[in-house]
Amino acid sequence: MRVRITFAKDGALRYIGHLDLQHLWEWTLRRAGQALIYSQGFHPSPKIQIAAALPLGFSGQAEVVDVWLEADAAHLPSPDSLQSAAPPGLTVLAVEAVDERGPALQTRVEAAEYLVTLLEPVEASDLEERIAAVLAAESLPRERRGKPYDLRALIEMLETGTGTVPSAKHIRMRLAAREGATGRPEELLDVLGIPLEMVRVARTHLIFRKR
Amino acid sequence: MLSPSEIDARLERILLKVQKPGRYVGGEFNSVVKDWDSVKARVAFIFPDIYDIGVSNLGLQILYDLVNQRPDALAERAYSPWIDMEEQMRISGIPLYSLESKHALADFDVLGFSIPYETLYTNVLNALALAGIPLRSLDRSEIHPLVIAGGHACFNPEPMHAFMDAFVIGEGEEVIGEIIEAVKQEKRKSKNRGGLLRSLAEISGVYVPRFYDVTYLDDGTVEAITPNVSEAPQTILKRMLAQLPPPPTKFLVPNIDIVHNRVAVEVMRGCTRGCRFCQAGMITRPVRERGVDEVVAAAEAAIQSTGVEELALLSLSSSDYTPVLDLVTAIGEKFAGRHLTVSLPSLRIDTVSVALMEKLKERRSGGFTLAPEAASERMRRIINKYIPDEQILSTVREIYSRGWPTIKLYFMIGHPSETLEDVQAIVDLCKRVLAEGRRALGGRARVHAGVSTFIPKPHTPFQWVAVDTPQQIRLKQDLLKRELRDRNIKLSWTEPDDTLLEAWLSRGDRRLAEVLFTAWQKGAKFDAWGDQMRFGAWQEAFADRDLDPAFYTHRPRRPDEIFPWEHISDAVRKNYLFADYQKSLAGEIQQDCRQNCHACGILPAFATERREHPGLYWKCPEVKSPQRAKVHK
Repeated sequence: MRVRITFAKDGALRYIGHLDLQHLWEWTLRRAGQALIYSQGFHPSPKIQIAAALPLGFSGQAEVVDVWLEADAAHLPSPDSLQSAAPPGLTVLAVEAVDERGPALQTRVEAAEYLVTLLEPVEASDLEERIAAVLAAESLPRERRGKPYDLRALIEMLETGTGTVPSAKHIRMRLAAREGATGRPEELLDVLGIPLEMVRVARTHLIFRKR
Repeated sequence: MLSPSEIDARLERILLKVQKPGRYVGGEFNSVVKDWDSVKARVAFIFPDIYDIGVSNLGLQILYDLVNQRPDALAERAYSPWIDMEEQMRISGIPLYSLESKHALADFDVLGFSIPYETLYTNVLNALALAGIPLRSLDRSEIHPLVIAGGHACFNPEPMHAFMDAFVIGEGEEVIGEIIEAVKQEKRKSKNRGGLLRSLAEISGVYVPRFYDVTYLDDGTVEAITPNVSEAPQTILKRMLAQLPPPPTKFLVPNIDIVHNRVAVEVMRGCTRGCRFCQAGMITRPVRERGVDEVVAAAEAAIQSTGVEELALLSLSSSDYTPVLDLVTAIGEKFAGRHLTVSLPSLRIDTVSVALMEKLKERRSGGFTLAPEAASERMRRIINKYIPDEQILSTVREIYSRGWPTIKLYFMIGHPSETLEDVQAIVDLCKRVLAEGRRALGGRARVHAGVSTFIPKPHTPFQWVAVDTPQQIRLKQDLLKRELRDRNIKLSWTEPDDTLLEAWLSRGDRRLAEVLFTAWQKGAKFDAWGDQMRFGAWQEAFADRDLDPAFYTHRPRRPDEIFPWEHISDAVRKNYLFADYQKSLAGEIQQDCRQNCHACGILPAFATERREHPGLYWKCPEVKSPQRAKVHK
């Protein structure tokens, strides 16, 4: 059975990278007593697909992973059984069985929303001005790993506040996350003149394309 | 000192600037975070190398588990930060802290260092400095944590004597509890460091170096080692558990990729082979085995509690574990189809080993490791690891023909009385092994030859002999490099500088403490990491302290010489070792002692323990008392 797990990743796990997270799920599932389905080939590995890599240091509030288990749909693991086998920092939010033949999760991610918390206060009006300037720009040409791209085209939303509460200590952003067109919060923060070590970043949502 | 929340806040600002920040945040499954104020004694265990290497250390896992089982104590962990992290910590003023609660190490009652090998010494000094704790025992008082160390390297504690308040000699499972009791006592009453150290000196297996005076003869060798307080015994006999306690099963599961992410079950402690170069084989006597049922149950519990799919069955010599075949069969049946990788290290060179490995491995990828240690029959007699050439060849024939494409062969150069002919024998043997591989597998067959350099270690029959000079080592290595040029043979070796450093540190006396300190001041650390080792700093340190390094390494020791480690006893008698050394010179083999006791000294030293545990699992043979033996003659 293919099982989709929605989870939060925080605390010490913010410093755990994508490949390590893969292993972490492997061990967590085994501790929960689940037998994993392996890929074929000379080096079989468990079938685990994480929707989108989360940059080191970011927390995730609603990350998604698909795992393939030997058990059938009548034996869907409960969120509690997975939670008790999970390391500190990993919170299981939802578990559902999904169509075995559905497309890979990675190909369905369209955008991601982030909430940035400033660790030290900045002048509210100054921040608003910088955000307005970014939104007003026709294009924001940037270069990453030697490849030029337009960051402006990847910004779908950018504002101060938490989404529910106005706050000069928070910035919300929604950035495109399609294959070959992924907006990075750290790049946008750089344009806003905010160094990464002055903030805490949480990915609050992943937005998936309807099939 | 900074509070845990201050440390946390500062860490957040630096962690993204370093490689692998997951090393520095803890949060592993099965790690234990207790309420700091709920316990009376707080212990930090420190492995003085990076997280990736330290976290899987079995010794520390055992002690961590044992201390955390106590309601009155907690154990947390720390490792050496890598160079980049150390720099960031210094810039931000972050002291070395524990991964569990982020307390500064200075806040603990006890700091326990695990020192399995000597090249960690400078990292111990560095860790104390990063913790903001005075390096020297004499500069510390009751306001500082008690600083102790244990592990195999501590069987010659003298080079580190100035920096440790106490050493644990031998097995730590029981003595750690006795140390915690003593620390609790001290906190209740005297609050006096001297008083605590005196009570520690009374605990069997604990060595408090400040309570001993060492005098030297004109030639620089030790004249006498004398206790200077009544609590200190003349000889510190190692601790030894008559029966192995239940093995730990709640292994820490690191969140990052590390060297050995596996669970380990120790199936046996000690070794009866008596290889003369092997320190572990001498200092871990007697052999004590665990039962198959206990090992299988522990393996299952460990796999269940970690989810890890790699199991190591540890011992110094797997083939000598009495029910090894039963164990392998039981493990195979229990875990069939569960994607479990099992390793069974240190197998004897015979075809039985090949059959054992075949039962464990579904695939033949990777290599099959054999350790002849010497390539000529003459030399294998000298080191007491006698195996006929033909047995080696028939074993490799079997390995290749069963489909393993690579055989790793471990050798040492620098054995006593070795000539270039013995080194040439390594070349010849590698080529003969590869020829067997070609016959079975054609061009796919490979040989990896790992050739390290012998260091005569304390408490072994070879403790009297000299280490090869760098010139001798280079000559032998050049021969190997020249003669083993074959695209299917891979040669690896130990750099002579690394060998010399390890030899000084393992054979040194108290005067080496100043050399160590000076070398550390000059920047020596991570000496076990080839690319970090600063040989120049060490040479300068010896010169600054007016000591000749060759005194420690390139000098055969007098038969009557008092060794710097003379007061540390592993229960194997010195005259037994000397007699065995003489046998070696005559090319005589000492048989495995499971059938016949060679009277090494273990049984009389632990006579009480033996009486209380005459059972199955302690593998010394029954010894008749001398009188009864006479009657039978």
